[in-house]
Amino acid sequence: MTQPSSGGDVRLDRISKTYGSFTAVHPLDLHIPAGSFFALLGASGCGKTTTLRMIAGLEEPTTGTVRLAGKDITDLPPYKRPVNTVFQSYALFPHLDVYENVAFGLRRRGVTSVKKRVEEMLELVQLGDFARRRPQRLSGGQQQRVAVARALINHPQVLLLDEPLGALDLKLRRQMQLELGRIQAEVGITFVHVTHDQEEAMTMADTVAVMNGGRVEQLGAPADLYENPGTTFVANFLGTSNLIEAEITDKSGGDLVLTTAGGRLALPAGRCSAPVRTGGKLLVGVRPEKITLSHAEDAGTVPEGRNRISGRIAESSFLGVSTQYVVTAPGCPEFAVYEQNIERDPRLVPGAEVVLHWNPAHTFGLDAAQNIDAGTERDEEAV
Amino acid sequence: MTALTRWIRRNLVVIAGLGTLAYLILPNVVVLVFSFNKPNGRFNYQWQRFSTDAWTDPCGVADLCGSLSLSLKIAVWATIGATVLGTMIAFALARYRFRARPAVNSLIFLPMAMPEVVMAASLATLFLNMGVDFGFWTILIAHIMFCLSFVVTAVKARVMSMDPRLEQAAQDLYASPAQTFVRVTLPIAAPGIAAGALLSFALSFDDFIITNFNAGSTVTFPMFVWGSAQRGTPVQINVIGTAMFAVAVLCVLVGQLAGARRKRS
Repeated sequence: MTQPSSGGDVRLDRISKTYGSFTAVHPLDLHIPAGSFFALLGASGCGKTTTLRMIAGLEEPTTGTVRLAGKDITDLPPYKRPVNTVFQSYALFPHLDVYENVAFGLRRRGVTSVKKRVEEMLELVQLGDFARRRPQRLSGGQQQRVAVARALINHPQVLLLDEPLGALDLKLRRQMQLELGRIQAEVGITFVHVTHDQEEAMTMADTVAVMNGGRVEQLGAPADLYENPGTTFVANFLGTSNLIEAEITDKSGGDLVLTTAGGRLALPAGRCSAPVRTGGKLLVGVRPEKITLSHAEDAGTVPEGRNRISGRIAESSFLGVSTQYVVTAPGCPEFAVYEQNIERDPRLVPGAEVVLHWNPAHTFGLDAAQNIDAGTERDEEAV
Repeated sequence: MTALTRWIRRNLVVIAGLGTLAYLILPNVVVLVFSFNKPNGRFNYQWQRFSTDAWTDPCGVADLCGSLSLSLKIAVWATIGATVLGTMIAFALARYRFRARPAVNSLIFLPMAMPEVVMAASLATLFLNMGVDFGFWTILIAHIMFCLSFVVTAVKARVMSMDPRLEQAAQDLYASPAQTFVRVTLPIAAPGIAAGALLSFALSFDDFIITNFNAGSTVTFPMFVWGSAQRGTPVQINVIGTAMFAVAVLCVLVGQLAGARRKRS
């Protein structure tokens, strides 16, 4: 980099956006710490892009304020905000070559000697040989890098990325994810990244805000969100969850004792995000990879103290490193189980009677008054 | 025989293309050839013998060059007027939602759809009733009017296909609204504006019907040609025609070369 830049923190206070009778973003409070890589994750139409555009100044908030590094910028037009955006599909200027695209922001701010900075920036994104090309003559990955360079050269306090990798194929996307992460670590600018791809959000960001229906459902570090989802939407949208309806019947020590159609299960009280009341309903969840699958004949060898449910294998698909099973169990007709292919039991084929068991510490409890399928239709909603 | 039919079949597209080209070019070739004629009498309809008299003295016919320069002047001003107004109308129609928008959108096509002679006659009636003197200004107003729709159509198509995110990107990169317009919007719309301007120039320069109704005693080049054709056709008309054709071809070639270079870079 030509000079060290420091990011600013972004603070949104009760910010909202309505279009006529449609509310795109409900009043929202969000703090994005300086220098962080922050992801807004959600299906299309969840309000994440609108939130981003309100930070950029391209959308006027209906209520609330946007603060950048402590300064209220709500009423500043986009060209006066120290914020730059990498647009979805890049929005490179077709009438300018790569060099002039990258120099655009500097020239508008009256910087006269842009040559050195533009060349350095093009080197950073490895496009030095393409300076005089028109953007239409570049590949998708190259265009994406021009868009990043065009924004970063201005040393913004915050870089906004609107689905920047959506137009790339899978392999290139993985590569650019690492690349963006490297650049962010190098320049220390606050990155706000909008995406519908949960893997992308988890790989790149250090904090993820999961958005749904114009609200932030849950906010936290990727591992924290994955292990402790607070809502059914988060549980289903981030990876896969098995959710079973349960009733709290007892408390023993720090654990809640739950009764489900498949038997009794233990849930550490601290991992329950719903109000705890004996006789109350819960949705109890567990991630597919936490579960061990044992053939029913070996049921006796399952250690004491583990949660267990009996079922029958309905489907199995071999994926190389792992095998994915769908098990029919009482209370959960499609129980997903991922087993590493370390020592495969040849008896685990469709039709086999099995016992599913897992460490109770991997169980989580959610409020039962929610749609159990929220967030599962991800692929249809996503563009 | 089969070899011949195979050859024809393989080159059918080329043959059809050359045929069409010949059909389009032939009248211009005749004009060019007869500009080197030395006719007996007043009519330049029969080939007599080769001569460069007309080319060495293009203004040798009374009033010809006066009408030509008037036509060029009107075409230039009509082009400027129609392009500026038409570009603004196109932006308004493409960008803004206002009450009269649907009406303007369809009315703008009227001058293209209406028979020219009807427009010419009604415009003349209007000017007469308003007591306006016919001449340069009435011709210019008429020309701007019928050129407008072509400019609007060409520019609107370009503006509609422009990604609105390009202007947002410019604003995001510190360009004020005025800078955004000059640096991004206008250059991207430029091919549409240029197309509209060229079309306007050509339409204005060779318009006869509307001009004839609204010119009064003023004589433009097409009117001069028409008038002289009653009494005899000077060879100089062919000279001017050939020169115009050459300029037009040159413009197209330059445009295509520039386009090709842009694509290569």
